[in-house]
Amino acid sequence: MHTLITLFWVAVAIALAMGAGWLFLAAARRLTRGGVARALRGAPVSAGFGMLVILIYVLVALFAHLIAPFGERQVVGAQFLPWDGTYLLGTDNLGRDMLTRLIYGARNTVGIAFATTVLAFSVGAMLGLLAATVGGWLDQVLSRIVDILMAIPSLIFSLLLLTIFGTSVVTLILVIATIDSTRVFRLARSVAQNIVVMDYIEAARLRGEGLWRLITREILPNALAPLVAEFGLRFCFVFLMISALSFLGVGIQPPTADWGSMVRDNAALITFGDVTPLLPAGAIALLTVAVNFVVDWMLHRASGLKE
Amino acid sequence: MKDTATGKTVLLTIRGLTIEGRSDETWSEIVKGVDITLHKGEVLGLIGESGAGKSTIGLAAMGFARDGCRISGGTIDFDGIDLRAATKDERRALRGKRIAYVAQSAAASFNPAHRLMDQYCEAPVQHGVMSRAEAERDAVELYRRMQLPNPDEIGFRYPHQVSGGQLQRAMTAMAMSCRPDLIIFDEPTTALDVTTQIEVLSAIRDIVAQFDTAAIYITHDLAVVAQMADRIKVLLKGEEVEEADTRTMLATPREDYTKSLWAVRSYARPVQPPVTDAVPVVSVRGVTAGYGAVDILKNINFDIHRRRTVAVVGESGSGKSTAARVITGLLTPRQGEVLFDGEPLPSDYRRRSRDQLRQAQMIYQMADTALNPKLRLRELIGRPAQMYLGLQGKALSERIRGLLDLIELEPDAYIDRLPSELSGGQKQRIGIARALAAEPQFIICDEVTSALDQLVAEGILKLLDRLQSEFELAYMFITHDLATVKSIADEVVVMQNGRVVEQGPKDEMFQPPHDPYTELLLSSVPEMDPDWLTRLLQERRNKAEA
Repeated sequence: MHTLITLFWVAVAIALAMGAGWLFLAAARRLTRGGVARALRGAPVSAGFGMLVILIYVLVALFAHLIAPFGERQVVGAQFLPWDGTYLLGTDNLGRDMLTRLIYGARNTVGIAFATTVLAFSVGAMLGLLAATVGGWLDQVLSRIVDILMAIPSLIFSLLLLTIFGTSVVTLILVIATIDSTRVFRLARSVAQNIVVMDYIEAARLRGEGLWRLITREILPNALAPLVAEFGLRFCFVFLMISALSFLGVGIQPPTADWGSMVRDNAALITFGDVTPLLPAGAIALLTVAVNFVVDWMLHRASGLKE
Repeated sequence: MKDTATGKTVLLTIRGLTIEGRSDETWSEIVKGVDITLHKGEVLGLIGESGAGKSTIGLAAMGFARDGCRISGGTIDFDGIDLRAATKDERRALRGKRIAYVAQSAAASFNPAHRLMDQYCEAPVQHGVMSRAEAERDAVELYRRMQLPNPDEIGFRYPHQVSGGQLQRAMTAMAMSCRPDLIIFDEPTTALDVTTQIEVLSAIRDIVAQFDTAAIYITHDLAVVAQMADRIKVLLKGEEVEEADTRTMLATPREDYTKSLWAVRSYARPVQPPVTDAVPVVSVRGVTAGYGAVDILKNINFDIHRRRTVAVVGESGSGKSTAARVITGLLTPRQGEVLFDGEPLPSDYRRRSRDQLRQAQMIYQMADTALNPKLRLRELIGRPAQMYLGLQGKALSERIRGLLDLIELEPDAYIDRLPSELSGGQKQRIGIARALAAEPQFIICDEVTSALDQLVAEGILKLLDRLQSEFELAYMFITHDLATVKSIADEVVVMQNGRVVEQGPKDEMFQPPHDPYTELLLSSVPEMDPDWLTRLLQERRNKAEA
């Protein structure tokens, strides 16, 4: 009986999610015009749901200070208070409001993860495309450096670097971006190697195009589909990496709210059958799924256009 | 089942066949009600341009539809078996055993990881026709009949270890392994050189006759189908245009479309007056070049003058394209140099000035890979004009429109399209427009028509011809198709194994006496006469005996 009820609620949740996704798509199609509207017409419900979730996260992150009922670091009551009217999701191990911390966590965790992924992609993809286009010794040097960096286990390497350079947010972003850009480099290079042998690249070279134009106009647009797919995956990995580092104490430092460390700080509650500490984990999971829904759809579109 | 009219046994009957293809979530008809009647031992030629539905019909004769296609109507009766009603297992029992298929590209159809023999034996053993040992003996016998060199050993090679023509014959032998009643040949010689094509054609013709196999021969080359087929069916956009005996069809085609197909080969432009200006636009002087230690080109010399077309002819591997790479500066020659207007060009394109790059443009064989699929035509054509001539804004836009007009595409309808939204011929036109945008003096055309249908190719040749007289261009025309040479060239350079075997004005080149290699090339071009292949083989045999 109990399982049946659980299944029922799961079904309801999925139906609601699909409904929300569909409604979002319908609204988005109304509000947009031209190329965007045409793209949205073919979008599946899953992509609509993903976009809706991402939009909500972005809004929450941007307006955290307006939405949150209390201050990020404010101790508002006793430790581990249960859910009630004032503290909607209770309080944490230091007596701070859980909902407030979740909302600020969106800004910190998502913001840092996004900045890191974008940086990793800009550096990794540009160097990868450059290595494939120029070839020769530049390719050799860059590839061997990347090989060396990849040979060191990433978690241990980042622990080492963070211990050396300190644990500010900027170093955190730089360290994770550096390590992740090696993976992006490898992908971008191998994709671009298949493109640089095409006749249109030869034509562009014979035309006398410069390196920058060759990479950005001729190669990058054709390498975009696999890179976008990798972006979705990489974003999730960065997320997990930040949470793991926070868990180990070298990530985002307290008292800044962060979903990874929130799980660790309140883990004691799990033994009492309370789901509160899992909410930040759920927030991570939901965003991961949403990002991948959208990426899947974009990938499908990108590959479909090639036909 | 006996055909009452002819007294011959009917093998395959297709009535009112319709096939639908899926694109953009909707189904549209690509084959619209085609009838085929094929008797035992008879060869039917299916001809038409690409998109006519030839291959789709060929596959449907096996009861098969490609991914994204479905057989939506009509009946397919193979020797009393209704292929549309048959179950998957029943159809599978027929395929390979009673109906076999020979694909256009043998290189892409063989599994590169297995030896030829293993792939040969698969079908007979699978269908329980022969044991493995019998199949191997049989393979050697068929390889011998297909005139493959070393028939005893060739089966133990991997596909990449034999040449394209041999692979195509090995594939035909493989299709014969179960002695099928019907073989479908889907453009089996299209990817081959003319000289190799002859060998494959004669081998296929002999073996089909020996085993009294019926065949459907799909091709877009009329001269080839004239040699192979007893009857010809002409298709256009999924519909039958007409069907008749090969001889009747060649002598007296009824429909206008068929006549236009027949007429293509007769296109020829008047030969340009001989050169008067002393300095050639491009002059290749004593060039020796190659990759690694191997010399691909050995002491090549030729000149190209203004308003003249020089056709460079030869089989694949003869060094035609390498010569083009030396001229464009992609490959630095070991010896010799390239002069442009009498001035030596730097051998590496990176050291050439922008103006030197502008003067020599290139049009590629495969427009698909020569146009960046992510750029719109506006940028594809506009970029050279912007780069070399410094055009901006309105002037650039005007220029792009002017170029689209030149290549006979309506500017408003096409300027913002992507290459994927164009047909093969239109893509090639864009390639031409891109070369013209630089306002060059000299254009290299690398097999520009070989991937196109004959009617479309003729349009491209006419366009190139018109542009040449309009802009006083010099063309270097790389091709292996002598029919193209006949129609467009002023001078011909014949290459073999990296050397120039013979060169001179076209009229002289097509008059005897020839160098033996030129003779071989010339005589290998299929003619529309159905007796041509038989006669040619007879002549060559006589010569060999004498």
